[in-house]
Amino acid sequence: MITVIQPGLYTTVQDRGRFGFYGVGFPPSGSMDLYSSAVANILVGNPANAAVLETTFVGPTLEFERNGRIAVTGATADITIDGVSIQPWTIVEIKKGQVLAFGGISAGVRNYLAISGGIGVQPVMGSRSTYVASNLGGVEGRALLPGDRLEVLADSESRTNRNRFEIPEYLRVSPMPHHVIRIVPGLCNYLLDPQSQQLLTAETFTVSTEANRTGYRLTGHQLSFIEREQPFGAGSDPSNVVNLGYPVGSLQAPSGTELICLMRDAVTGGGYATLATVISVDLDILAQMKFPETVLFETISMEAALQLRAERGKRLQSLVELIDAVT
Amino acid sequence: MPEIHEIAAPFPGVFYRRAAPGSAPLAEPEQVIAVGHVIALVEVMKMFHEVQSAVAGRITEFCAEDGDAVAMGQIIAKIESQS
Repeated sequence: MITVIQPGLYTTVQDRGRFGFYGVGFPPSGSMDLYSSAVANILVGNPANAAVLETTFVGPTLEFERNGRIAVTGATADITIDGVSIQPWTIVEIKKGQVLAFGGISAGVRNYLAISGGIGVQPVMGSRSTYVASNLGGVEGRALLPGDRLEVLADSESRTNRNRFEIPEYLRVSPMPHHVIRIVPGLCNYLLDPQSQQLLTAETFTVSTEANRTGYRLTGHQLSFIEREQPFGAGSDPSNVVNLGYPVGSLQAPSGTELICLMRDAVTGGGYATLATVISVDLDILAQMKFPETVLFETISMEAALQLRAERGKRLQSLVELIDAVT
Repeated sequence: MPEIHEIAAPFPGVFYRRAAPGSAPLAEPEQVIAVGHVIALVEVMKMFHEVQSAVAGRITEFCAEDGDAVAMGQIIAKIESQS
């Protein structure tokens, strides 16, 4: 068991996500920065679908009631055990009775804390991920509160004496104040007028303070839509279309005033034009960005996006093999 | 020697000196506070974070107004500790 002394700003249980229910309106949820989350699980020897804790800006203070291994990845943060600093992106032993505390972050937004065995909340529809909008998954479908007690599953890792292993610098995420974020064209991108289509990838956009697991609002430029008679069933705003399914990572621009990127807890369909989709690999990067950081969108092909996703999978697999080889 | 401790906003958000509109401020300038005293709130996306003092001492100054947008790392208060 782990006792939550301080929950942090918004700390939730997440795994890789809840799949198979998108068509009936359930977004996948799951870790916003899937890469960091996966690396944390790999470090402690957990299965890939083990549940971790995801923090937001201010992480929790947790008391451990049994020995185990932990790994913290993601944002750059000050982390201590009983007041002594520990390193991120590595395997750390924690003993019964010790207190893990997150201090301030200096880059990024979200930390991932994996614990050997994984967090043992009850799976809902095949996933332990917290989806607060529907109050399901995680701890009672909500962010952690003081006094919560988290069950930790039995450690499946046979080698309990994993040596210290640090993720090399080039395999860590490094959140920066500006990133190029790659997109593929959206189903409705033809509804943007030519100048706005060009503007979308020529100018930088700023991450606003309205950015969470549901969506990221990005400001800076007014986008214009082509003039047309709105089809039957579509709303009256030029950014409206007849309802359609939204991909995760979809970029939309209600009334053209700002962009909204749909994140992992977002609505799964609706009546706004889907202008572009942030590729899955770069959603991880966007998930570590905050106000007033900036992005420049770059259009790539679907083939290139799938190639990048496959490469990320290979990178994670090579990490598993690397750790197995040295520990 | 008195020492000035600066308290910074932990994330970008809105700075509040009151727990609710119309209620008394959580702390006042010149007030002497203990470690862990909640001096203000910072809010982002309806998530409220209690800003606590890591030191005991006297609040010399608030560096932001109630309702101001603050950047991450922006100094929001100064506390003079007696040590």
